[in-house]
Amino acid sequence: MGASSVIGDMTTGLAEQPPLQLFKESGQREVFCGLTSIVWLHRRMPDAFFLVVGSRTCAHLVQSAAGVMIFAEPRFGTAILGERDLAGLADANDELDRLVKDLLERRPEIRTLFLVGSCPSEVIKLDLAKAAERLNTQLAGRVMVLNYSGSGIETTFTQGEDQALLAMVPLMPSSEVDQLLIVGTLADAVEDRLVQLFGRLGIPVVTSLPPRRSTELPPIGPGTRVLLAQPFLSATARALVSRGGQLLTAPYPFGVEGSRAWMAAGAAAFGVAPALVAEVLDPLVERGQRAIAPHRELLAGKRLFLLPDSQLELSLARFLQRECGMELVEVGTPYLDRQLLDAELALLPPGTRITEGQDVERQLERVRAERPDLVVCGLGLANPLEAEGIATKWSIELVFSPIHGCDQAGDLAELFARSLRRRAALSFS
Amino acid sequence: MELTLWTYEGPPHVGAMRIAASMEGVHYVLHAPQGDTYADLLFTMIERRDRRPPVTYTTFQARDLGGDTAELVKSSIAAAVERFQPEALLVGESCTAELIQDQPGSLAATMDLGGIPVVSLELPAYSKKENWGGAETLYQLVRGLLKAQVPPPGEPKPDPTRWRAEGRRPRVNLLGPSLLGFRCRDDVREISQLLAGYGIDVAVVAPLGARPADLMRIPTADANVSLYPELAGPVCSWLERSFGMQMVKTVPIGIGATAAFLRELHGVLGLELPAELETAADGTCAAERRSRLPWYSRSVDSTYLTGKRVFIFGDATHAIAAARIASRELGFKVVGLGSYSREQAREVRAAAQELGLEALISDDYLAVEAAMAEAAPELVLGTQMERHSAKRLGIPCAVISSPLHVQDVPARTSPQMGWEGANVIFDSWVHPLMMGLEEHLIGMFRHDFEFVDGHLSHLEGASAPAKHPTATATATAPAPASIPGDGVIVWSPDGEAELAKIPFFVRGKVRKNTEAYAREQGLALIDSEALYEAKAHFAP
Repeated sequence: MGASSVIGDMTTGLAEQPPLQLFKESGQREVFCGLTSIVWLHRRMPDAFFLVVGSRTCAHLVQSAAGVMIFAEPRFGTAILGERDLAGLADANDELDRLVKDLLERRPEIRTLFLVGSCPSEVIKLDLAKAAERLNTQLAGRVMVLNYSGSGIETTFTQGEDQALLAMVPLMPSSEVDQLLIVGTLADAVEDRLVQLFGRLGIPVVTSLPPRRSTELPPIGPGTRVLLAQPFLSATARALVSRGGQLLTAPYPFGVEGSRAWMAAGAAAFGVAPALVAEVLDPLVERGQRAIAPHRELLAGKRLFLLPDSQLELSLARFLQRECGMELVEVGTPYLDRQLLDAELALLPPGTRITEGQDVERQLERVRAERPDLVVCGLGLANPLEAEGIATKWSIELVFSPIHGCDQAGDLAELFARSLRRRAALSFS
Repeated sequence: MELTLWTYEGPPHVGAMRIAASMEGVHYVLHAPQGDTYADLLFTMIERRDRRPPVTYTTFQARDLGGDTAELVKSSIAAAVERFQPEALLVGESCTAELIQDQPGSLAATMDLGGIPVVSLELPAYSKKENWGGAETLYQLVRGLLKAQVPPPGEPKPDPTRWRAEGRRPRVNLLGPSLLGFRCRDDVREISQLLAGYGIDVAVVAPLGARPADLMRIPTADANVSLYPELAGPVCSWLERSFGMQMVKTVPIGIGATAAFLRELHGVLGLELPAELETAADGTCAAERRSRLPWYSRSVDSTYLTGKRVFIFGDATHAIAAARIASRELGFKVVGLGSYSREQAREVRAAAQELGLEALISDDYLAVEAAMAEAAPELVLGTQMERHSAKRLGIPCAVISSPLHVQDVPARTSPQMGWEGANVIFDSWVHPLMMGLEEHLIGMFRHDFEFVDGHLSHLEGASAPAKHPTATATATAPAPASIPGDGVIVWSPDGEAELAKIPFFVRGKVRKNTEAYAREQGLALIDSEALYEAKAHFAP
C-alpha cells in the first residue's frame, strides 16, 4: 500500500516560473467521512432532520465529531441497521418506513427529512432514493423527504455538504430572475454581512443555498449567478449550471484578498462599476489588513504543512502564504477539483508542493523530516504531533468558525497564530 | 432497525481499539472504509494520548470495491508489520468490511509475518457493542497467546496457596483496566498500593500498559482480579476453566466493597485475615478508617444527606457499586437504578431488587432521561449522557461511569476504588449538592431581596438552566449607552442587531469595547459599521 507519484505540472500564469509540484498519494487516509457535515448542516436548517441509515459506527462518528452532546434531542440521528435488516431488504424498507413515521410523529416541527446513506447502506444497496420517493407519497407533502450519500466510501468530510445541497437542487423553483446565489453553509452573521455588502454594491437580490429554512429554497435559472462560498461543492455547482445558473470563478472568501476577489467576481457578473467596487471594498480590505497585521507579525516566515482534511487547504494555504507571509512546506488536499480551484492554484507560489489523497504514515514521515513550525491537521493527529514538539492547528475548527469575508480575516489569522502564541506563552521553568 | 440519537457505546471494533491502544507492542489492522479513522480522536482527545492508537485502517473507498479489497487488506497488514514491528497483531474488520466478507483474519493466516502471533477478531458489528468487543478482544488475545500453555485436561488445578510452598509472596493479576474506562489509570495505582500493604504482589495488569509477553505471564499468578467485569469477565472465566485460576469477583468500589474484596482475596489466596479486616459487632472493620468516607458520612454536616433522592445510571459495575455506596454508606435514597450494559443486566436487576426498585436496562438515553425526570431525584449519578440530561432538568450530577468526556480524565490522581477512591467519591458526589449549613441558611434567607432564585450551591453544576438573553427587546428603540458625563452614545437598530448575533457570553465585553471605541472616535451612533470598526480596532 502507499503510492506516490508526480502526476503533472501546472503552469502558473507566469511561464518563466517553476510550476506547482503536484503529487498524488494513496494509502491510509486519516479523514472524516461525509456524514460529519451533518454537524453544521443541521444547525443551518433548524427545520430539517438528518437521518443516517447506517450502523452504530455512523452514530458514534457523528456523536464524536459533534464533540459534546449539547442538544436535548438533536436534529440528527441514526437508523441503525440490525442483523434482520441485513437478512432481508424488504424488511429493511418496512423498518425504515416505521422508524420515519415514529420520528416524524415525535418531531412535528420537522419540514424536511434527509435520509443519509452510509457505507453499510451503500454496500447492501439499500435504495434510499426509492425510500424517499415512497415516503414522499405516504407523507403527501407534509414533510419533504430527500436523500443523499455521506458514506466514507464515496465522500470525504465536507463532500457530505456537497451531496446534501445537490439533493436540494431539483426542488429549487425555476426562475429567470437576476440574482446572486451564494452556495455553501455560512454562519448566519457572516451571511447577513455579505448580503449587506452585496447590497451596497447594488446587487439587489442575493439568495443562499442552503437556505435558513429548508422549505424556502432559492430559485434557479438563467439569471442566476452562482458564487461558491466553499471550495468543496463540485457536484452542486455542476447541477446548478445544468439548471441554467452561471458559475462564477474566483478565489474563495478567506482573507481580504480572497474575499475581495470573490465579492468583485459577484459584482462583475452584475456589471457593477469597478470604481464602486473599490469604494465599497477597499476600506474593508484596508481594515482587514490592519486586523491581520498583529498575527502576520507572528506567522510571517513560519513554515506551514497542511494535511488533507476539510478541502479548504488550498484556500487557507493561499491566505496564509500571501497575507500572513507563511512559507508553504506541503499542501495536502483530499482531492483536487481543478475547475473549482483554478483561481486558488493560480495564486499559490511557484514550486508549491501539493499532495492529493493521502498515505498518512508517509505524510507524517515528511512532517517529521521537515519540522514545520505549524501543521494543520485533524483531531486524531494533533496531540500526537504536539507531543513530538510540532505545533498544530486542528482543522475541524475551520468548518465550525465564522471565517469568511474581509471582516473575519483577522479572526482567521488569529486561529493559526493562537497555536504559536500559546506555545510562546507557556513556561515551566 | 433502531433509531439512535446519542449512544452509550461505540461499535465492537472500538472496544478492540481500546484493548490495542491500552497495550504496548500490539498493533491492530482494521479493514474499514474511509472515515472510520474518526475513532483515533477518542484516544488523542478524550484521553489526551500523546500518540495515535496503534491501528492501521485499510480505508477502502468505492473505487476499491470494484477491485481487490482483499489485496488491500494484505498489503495493509504487510506494511503495518514492517513499519510497527508489533509483538502481536490483531486483525479485524468494522461494520462495512463485515458486509464485503474479505475475511481479513483468514487472509492474515496465509501470510508470512515472521512468526508474530496473529489474532483474528470476529466482532459482529450489527448485534454487539463496544464493551462486548473489548471483552472479546482481550479474551481472544490472551487465549491466542496462552493456548500452548493450557494444561491438558485432567491435570490438577494449581493451588492458589502454592506461593507459600514456593517461598514467595502471593501475586494476582489485575484484569480489565483500559483506556476510555472510568478512572482505570488511578484505580490500578490505588489497588496495587492496597495489595502491597497486605503483602500481595501484582503480577500482570492488563490490558492497560501490558505487552504481549506480559499476557504470557498471566498463569504465573495465583489468582485473577476481575477489576472491570465488562471487559475482564470472559477472559477471567476462560482462565478459570483452562488454567484453574480462581477469580476474585468483588469490585472494590466503596467502603463495604473494598473490605469485602480484601476478605475475598485473602480467602482465595489462603492468607490469614488480618485483624483490621475482621468485622466487628457493629459491622465495621478497623481497616475502613484508612478512608475518611465513613467518618465524613457520620459527621453532623452530613445529616442533610439523609434520604437525598438519587438516580443512578451507568455501566453495570459502576452503577451497582454506586447504588450500594449511596444507599448504605451515604444514607441516600436510591430512586432509580439502571445500566446500558445488557451483558450484565442480571446483576443490575438483582441490585435494584434489593432496593425495592425495578432496574432500567436501556441504551436509549431519552428513556433514561424520562425515567430520571419521573423519579425527581435531587442528585444524578450517571455518565456524560446523564450529566447533560440532568443539566437540562436542573439537577446536580456527578459522573460515575463511561462514556467519558475529557474532564473525566483529570490531571490529579482520582481513583474510584479502594480507600482513597471512597474519599474521591464522597467529595465528588457531595459537592454538587448544597452543603448542610448552606442549605439551612438559604432556607432561612430565601425571602430576602439579595436572594437569587436558582441559587443552589457554590458549584456551577448545580445552577439553574441558564436563561439566555433574547434579542426581542433590542429591535425597537435605540438603547442609550450609559456613559456618565460624556454625552449619550446611541446604538442603532442594525448595530444592536449585529451585537445580538455575538455569542451571549462575550456580548457584554463587545458592547463595552465598542462604546469605548465610539467615545474615542467621537461617534454618537453605533451602527454595524462602527461595531466592525471596533472589532478590527480591538483585534489582538
